[in-house]
Amino acid sequence: MADLSMTTEPTPVPAATPMPARRSRLSRMRDSDLWHSFRGHPSAIFAACLLALVALTALFAPLITPQDPYDLSALELWNAEIPPIWNADGQMPYLLGTDTQGRDILSAILYGSRISLVIGFASVMVALAVGLTLGLIAGYFGGWIDNVIMRVGDVLLSMPFILIAILITAVATASLPTGLKDVLAAPILILAIAVPSWVQYARTVRASAMVERKKEYVQAARLIRVKSWRIMLHHILPNCLTPILVAATLNFGLAILSEATLSFLGVGMPPDQPSLGTLIRIGNQYLFSGLWWIVVFPAVQLCLIVVSVNMIGDWLRDALNPKLR
Amino acid sequence: MLAFLIKRTANAAFVMLAVALLAFTIFRFFGDPVEMMVNEQATQADRAELRERLGLNDGFVTQYTRFVTNAVQGDFGISYRNQQDVMVLIGDRFPATFELVLVATVISLVVGIPLGVITAVHRDSRLANALQLGSIVGVSLPSFVVGIMLILAFSVTLGWLPAFGRGETVDVGWWSTGLLTPSGRAALVLPAISLSTFQITLVMRLVRAEMLETLRTDYVKFARARGVPAARVQWVHALRNCLMPVITLTGMQIGNLIAFALVTETVFQWPGMGLLFIQAVTFVDIPVMAAYLMLVSFIFVALNTAVDVTYAWVDPRLRDDTAKAGGANG
Repeated sequence: MADLSMTTEPTPVPAATPMPARRSRLSRMRDSDLWHSFRGHPSAIFAACLLALVALTALFAPLITPQDPYDLSALELWNAEIPPIWNADGQMPYLLGTDTQGRDILSAILYGSRISLVIGFASVMVALAVGLTLGLIAGYFGGWIDNVIMRVGDVLLSMPFILIAILITAVATASLPTGLKDVLAAPILILAIAVPSWVQYARTVRASAMVERKKEYVQAARLIRVKSWRIMLHHILPNCLTPILVAATLNFGLAILSEATLSFLGVGMPPDQPSLGTLIRIGNQYLFSGLWWIVVFPAVQLCLIVVSVNMIGDWLRDALNPKLR
Repeated sequence: MLAFLIKRTANAAFVMLAVALLAFTIFRFFGDPVEMMVNEQATQADRAELRERLGLNDGFVTQYTRFVTNAVQGDFGISYRNQQDVMVLIGDRFPATFELVLVATVISLVVGIPLGVITAVHRDSRLANALQLGSIVGVSLPSFVVGIMLILAFSVTLGWLPAFGRGETVDVGWWSTGLLTPSGRAALVLPAISLSTFQITLVMRLVRAEMLETLRTDYVKFARARGVPAARVQWVHALRNCLMPVITLTGMQIGNLIAFALVTETVFQWPGMGLLFIQAVTFVDIPVMAAYLMLVSFIFVALNTAVDVTYAWVDPRLRDDTAKAGGANG
């Protein structure tokens, strides 16, 4: 998992590094405004705390869980199908019970949240990197390149999101050899979710780039031969970071949801490295045998994550909207 | 208007051609169609003969043109898995998905519109805030989780409603409907609710936003001043003006609902197109996948185009953005 986030992280860095000098004054004010608004929104505070808790428990899962759910030697069959602790038959280390193989549900959930959060985050980052780059290029240069990029975007938006994602995972898994399939499951999912979602960022940046490039300061910068990429990164991009931030937050929730849906449908993470969606898919088989805790707790965790991300996104949208101030 | 119509239709046609190119590429280059169709005993000569008969030796453009020509006529070939005509397979499953989407849409309107009006009218009240919070939860709940929880509550625990299948169906012409039998209607309840949760919150939020705007307009103030009862002003005068965007949203969302129905159909083993598609994905049944992709995209694009054209017809300002708009507004 670690190397996964490494591969996606470097891309947004060049966009972020030139900022501090310019942002510090302006954003200190904005941050304090934002902080003020944050303190006035109990639901946002609640959501942020919940998300922090989920992220921390996921991050430190190996340290706090009673067992490693993927270490098959740690699983004992006589520990199978133990109900949650508040039930009369509950047993101590297994707070939320165990599944049919004796796997601790809580441990599986924390490890699963890790995978879900990483895939969600990485897919947003990939989509941001691609969307911002293509949007800037399309809006700044215009002409045929703009036409090509936006037409591709139109085609992507003319198919339902979930359908594109399923097709990409289906094509990728079926054309890969069996050995690679499971290794590459996470990168494939990240790609599958990023491909239909970059268009939104590209459209936002393109619109603002088209407005900005006509302004005098951009023309002046061009006149003194500032490089195009420099103008795009330093002058145009900062102008549209607010809507991008809101969209990225809401899309983070959507990405986690999409990953869970794909895994639930059986085209996502394989059972030996389950995300929350895979856990729900597995648990769903025991729905009628009374082992409700196998499916309910992963589902609750998934809902908590997505609800808190969306609450933060919702608050952010209102807080950053100048019309509502 | 005619120019706009032609331009918009050409645009839609371009998008469909691109989708067809995608479907064709998957169909042609993702596994070998001949290997998928023949059985193991087939000789080299048999394979070569089949290859020639399917026209797989022709050039790319020729094959693509043939694919599009066939697709327009509803011919997507034969399913690899059960050797049936793909269009017949999809046609059999279409009524199930359509009824599910239709009922889900009706539920979303019947529940979503009143909730939206209430949250707008009693703005900042405790009820409205609770509903608003509920709408965030509603947007965030994955539809398969809603489905599983409904099954757990109403099928497993209470035993009131069936958890899978479509119940008994009746054939009306070529259309098999589950709406006419008690078991068919009972089977529809849980899937329709689970498919509509997201849509309900969407409708509710839209109605709320529109109502907040409309309630501020002069004609609403005037109606109030004239002494029209508050409820009538809100539910008749104001609401009527909010319905146009709701209809648009509902129309445009139908394509999304059809696509999303595949998740609901998987949870409830509902025998619709989506379940067929997911099974095709697991068995790498490319013709079925390609046909489903084309069909859903077509419905999606057709609805979007229809909405755009209707809007342009109603509002002339939207008709051409090239010639007049720049000069007149700028």
